[in-house]
Amino acid sequence: MTTPTRKPSLHSAEHDRYFSTVPVGALLAELATLLPAGNLLTGKEDLKPYECDGLSAYQRLPRAVALAETEAQVIAVLKACHQAGVPVVARGAGTGLSGGALPHEDGIVLSLAKMKQIVRIDPLARLAVVQPGVRNLAISEAVASFGLYYAPDPSSQIACSIGGNVAENSGGVHCLKYGLTVHNVLRVRVVLIDGEVVEFGSHAPDAPGLDLLALFIGSEGLLGVVTEVSVKLTPKPQSAQCLLASFDDVLKAGEAVAAVIAAGIIPAGLEMMDQAATAAVEPFVKAGYNLDAAAILLCESDGTPEEVAEDVARMQAVLAHSGAIEVRVSTSEAERLKFWAGRKAAFPAAGRISPDYYCMDGTIPRKALGTMLSAIATMEKKYGLRCINVFHAGDGNLHPLILYDANIPGQLQTTEEFGAEILRLSVQLGGTITGEHGVGFEKINSMCEQFASDELRAFHGVKSAFDPHGLLNPGKAVPTLHRCAEMGRMHVHAGQLRFPELERL
Amino acid sequence: MSEATIQGFRERILARQPLRIRGGGSKDFYGNTMSGDVLDTRAHTGIVNYEPSELVITAKAGTLLLDLKSALAERRQWLPFEPPEFAAGSTVGGMVAAGLSGPGRLAHGALRDYILGVTLMDGEGRVLKFGGEVMKNVAGFDVSRLMAGSLGSLGLLLEVSIKVLPVPVAEATVRIPMNERDALTAINRWAGQPLPITATAWLSDTLFVRLAGADAAVKAALPQVGAGGTAISAENAPWIALRDHAHAFFKGDAPLWRLALPTTSPALTLGTPLIEWGGGQRWLRGEHDANHLRALARSHGGHATRFRGGDPAIAAFAPLDPVTLRLHQELKRRFDPQGLFNPGRLF
Ligand SMILES: Cc1cc2nc3c(=O)[nH]c(=O)nc-3n(C[C@H](O)[C@H](O)[C@H](O)COP(=O)(O)OP(=O)(O)OC[C@H]3O[C@@H](n4cnc5c(N)ncnc54)[C@H](O)[C@@H]3O)c2cc1C
Repeated sequence: MTTPTRKPSLHSAEHDRYFSTVPVGALLAELATLLPAGNLLTGKEDLKPYECDGLSAYQRLPRAVALAETEAQVIAVLKACHQAGVPVVARGAGTGLSGGALPHEDGIVLSLAKMKQIVRIDPLARLAVVQPGVRNLAISEAVASFGLYYAPDPSSQIACSIGGNVAENSGGVHCLKYGLTVHNVLRVRVVLIDGEVVEFGSHAPDAPGLDLLALFIGSEGLLGVVTEVSVKLTPKPQSAQCLLASFDDVLKAGEAVAAVIAAGIIPAGLEMMDQAATAAVEPFVKAGYNLDAAAILLCESDGTPEEVAEDVARMQAVLAHSGAIEVRVSTSEAERLKFWAGRKAAFPAAGRISPDYYCMDGTIPRKALGTMLSAIATMEKKYGLRCINVFHAGDGNLHPLILYDANIPGQLQTTEEFGAEILRLSVQLGGTITGEHGVGFEKINSMCEQFASDELRAFHGVKSAFDPHGLLNPGKAVPTLHRCAEMGRMHVHAGQLRFPELERL
Repeated sequence: MSEATIQGFRERILARQPLRIRGGGSKDFYGNTMSGDVLDTRAHTGIVNYEPSELVITAKAGTLLLDLKSALAERRQWLPFEPPEFAAGSTVGGMVAAGLSGPGRLAHGALRDYILGVTLMDGEGRVLKFGGEVMKNVAGFDVSRLMAGSLGSLGLLLEVSIKVLPVPVAEATVRIPMNERDALTAINRWAGQPLPITATAWLSDTLFVRLAGADAAVKAALPQVGAGGTAISAENAPWIALRDHAHAFFKGDAPLWRLALPTTSPALTLGTPLIEWGGGQRWLRGEHDANHLRALARSHGGHATRFRGGDPAIAAFAPLDPVTLRLHQELKRRFDPQGLFNPGRLF
C-alpha cells in the first residue's frame, strides 16, 4: 500500500490518557546520552520512515526514535521514559498490518531492528536464542545446515522480525500443522516499562507458576519489550508435495476444505484463492493456475516420502469427491514452489492491480467459508469496491483484500466500512476480528463488537498489572469502554446482537 | 449454560469466603496445601458443541474427561497431549486448571497449546468469555491459555474450547535396552530428524519409543529407531499406565518429584529416574533435599516440583523470582481481588 494519508484523528476521542502536556525536552536530552551517537533520531526527515508500519493508511510522527543496540540500552530508555511519563512504542521491522507500531504523537518509538544477533544455536536441543530484531527467515537460514528450521512462516518472513512475530503471535501458511508463534517459542526475555528484566517460559518443557509466556505472546507491545527470544526448531521434512485443485464454485471449494479435515488429514498447508485473486497473480508470477476456476485450493503434505504418498492419494480422492474440476499434483520441488509462488505473491499482486488495498484478517469456522464468500460478493456491490480473497482456509483465517484508491476522496472511509462489515460478520459467524495480524490501531473499534465491557475491563486489568501507567503502546489493541460507548459499537455475539452492558460514561 | 448452576456459583463467590474449586478431586494431591470450602463444579456438565470437521470441542467444566474422550473417540479424534486422568472422576475443568500433559507432550505439544477459548467466572462473580472456537485468534490478550495450569488461582472455569486432532492411523512401540546416557543422546538425536516419534520413556536401562502417524511413516521409521530393540504390543497400554501413574514406578507413598529440564540436560546422579518427553520430564521417588534438587534443576535451566506426597511444608512448586511473583500477584488482584480462589495452591 502506498501514499494514502489520513491522520488518525480518532485518537482524540479515545479518552485514553492524554500525554500532550508531558514535557519531552529533558527526556530527549537524556536519551541522547544513553544511546550511541546517531541512535536518537529527532529530525523530521529522520522520523519519516517510522511514521507508519505496513498499514500505511495511518501515519503520524513520534517525538523521537531511539535505536537500541543492547538490552542495557532498552532498559535505560524504558526507565527514562517511565520516569518522564512518556509513551513508548516498540518497533521491529515495521511490517505489521494493523498499525501496531504506529507511533504515538507525544511519545517515542523504540526500534529493536539493530538487535539482530543470533546469540546461540543448539542443534541437539533444537533451539535457537536470538535477539528481537532477527528476521524470521534469517533463523531458518542460520539453522538450515542442521536440517532444522523455524516453522512459522508469515508471508513477510524475509523482512519481519521475531520480536514482532512474538508481539503479534504471527502465523503462516503452514501453521495448521506446525502451529503459530505461541506454539514455537520456548522463552522470551522481556524488559518491563520500569526497566525490570524478566523471563517467561523456559528451555525446559514448562516453567513454574502461571503461563505468562502464553499471555505475553500476541500482546502487541502493550506489556513489555522483548529483548531475546528462544525459538523451537523443527526438523525439515524429507519431502513435500502440493496439490492444486480447481473448483467451478467457491462453495464447493469451501466444502472441500471441511471434507479434507473430516477425512482425518491435517495438511501441512491448506490455502484458498478465489478467481479474482488468481487473475491478479497469474500474469505476474505464472503459477499455472486455472483461470476459469471460481476458486483454487492449495493442499500440501509433508513428511517421509512414504507418508506424503499416502496423504496425497487420500487428499486427491477427497478433493475429487468434493467436486474439483481438476486436481494437479506437483511432480517436482520446482513445481511445488511454483504452485506456492502465486499464493505468496497475492499481496504484491493486489498492489499491482490497484493503487491501494486493505487486507482484512478475520477468522471464522471452516464450515462458514461459503457464507462469508457470498456475503463479501454482496458487499462488493454495496460499497462499489472490488475484493479479492486469499484464505488460510485450513484454519478459517481470511485475508480479503479490498481494492481502493486513496486519492479518490472518501474511498478510504468506504473501504474501512467494508472491512468493518466483514469483521462484524466474522464475529457473528462465531469467529474473530483478527487471526494473526493483531488489533493494533486499526481494529480497535471492532474490538467493541467482539468483547463485552466486562472482558474489556479484564484486559485493562492485565495491562495495568504489567504497565500501571499505560505507557507501552497506548491506544492500541484494547479499546477503552468510553471509546466503545462513543463509537456506538455494540457487542455482537455469535449470530445475534446482544444489547451491551457498555457503560455510557 | 444452566443459569441456576451459574447463579449458585455466583452466590458462593459473592459470599466472599475462600473457595477451593474442585472437580473430580483426582488431583487433590497436586499443589500446595489447600484451604477454603469446596466449590464442586460437577453439576455443571455437558458437551456444548462438538464439530469434528472444525477440530474443536467445547465442554462445561464439570464434564467428565472420560465422557469427553469417548465423544472424541467415536469420531476417531483425540486430545493429542494425552492428559493424565489419575482417577475416573477427573473433569475437563480440572484438566485445564492443572495443565498437565501426558506422553504425547513430546511430539504434539502441551495442554496449553490446545486451548482455544474459555468462559470463566471471576472473583466478582462476572462471567467472562475469552478466545473462542476458531484455530487462530489474536483479538485481546490470550487469557484462555493463561488459565491452563493456573490451578484455579484466577477464576472458576465454566466452559473450555479445546482443539482436537485425528487419531493417528498407525502406532507401534519398541523397547530397546540402553543405559541412561545413551538413551538421552539417542532421543535427542532422533528428535532432530523428521521421525514420527510421539513418546519416549526410559527406566531401568530400557528405552521405550512410540512411533505414530501415517501407516507408511511408522513402517519406514521402525527399522531406523528400533534397531537392536523389540517391538512390543501395538497397544497403547504401557503409555496409558505411564500417563495415569499406574505404572509400578509410581506405586507406594514415597514422595514423587517431577523435574522439568531442557531435554539435553545430562543424566543426573540422583536416585533412579523415570525419564519422559525425550529427556524433558524426569521423575524421582523418595526423600530428596528440596533445596538441593531445586538448585540442581535450576542449574540446568529447569525446575523441580514436589508432585505428590512428601513434606507438605515444602513448597510444591519452585519459587518464582521477585519480578515474576509481583506480576502473579498483580494478575491475581485483577481477576480475584478478594483472594477467594484456591488461596496459595499455586503461588
Ligand atoms: C506482505 C506482508 C505479508 C504478511 N504476511 C503475514 C502472514 O502471513 N502472517 C502473519 O501473521 N503476518 C503477516 N504479515 C504481518 C506482519 O509481517 C507480522 O505481524 C509481523 O510479525 C510483524 O513483525 P515486525 O517486526 O514487522 O513488527 P512491527 O510491525 O514492527 O511491530 C508489530 C507489533 O509488534 C510490536 N513489537 C515489535 N517488536 C517488539 C519487541 N521487540 N517487543 C515488544 N513489542 C514489539 C510493535 O509495537 C507492534 O505492536 C504480513 C505483512 C506484510 C507486509
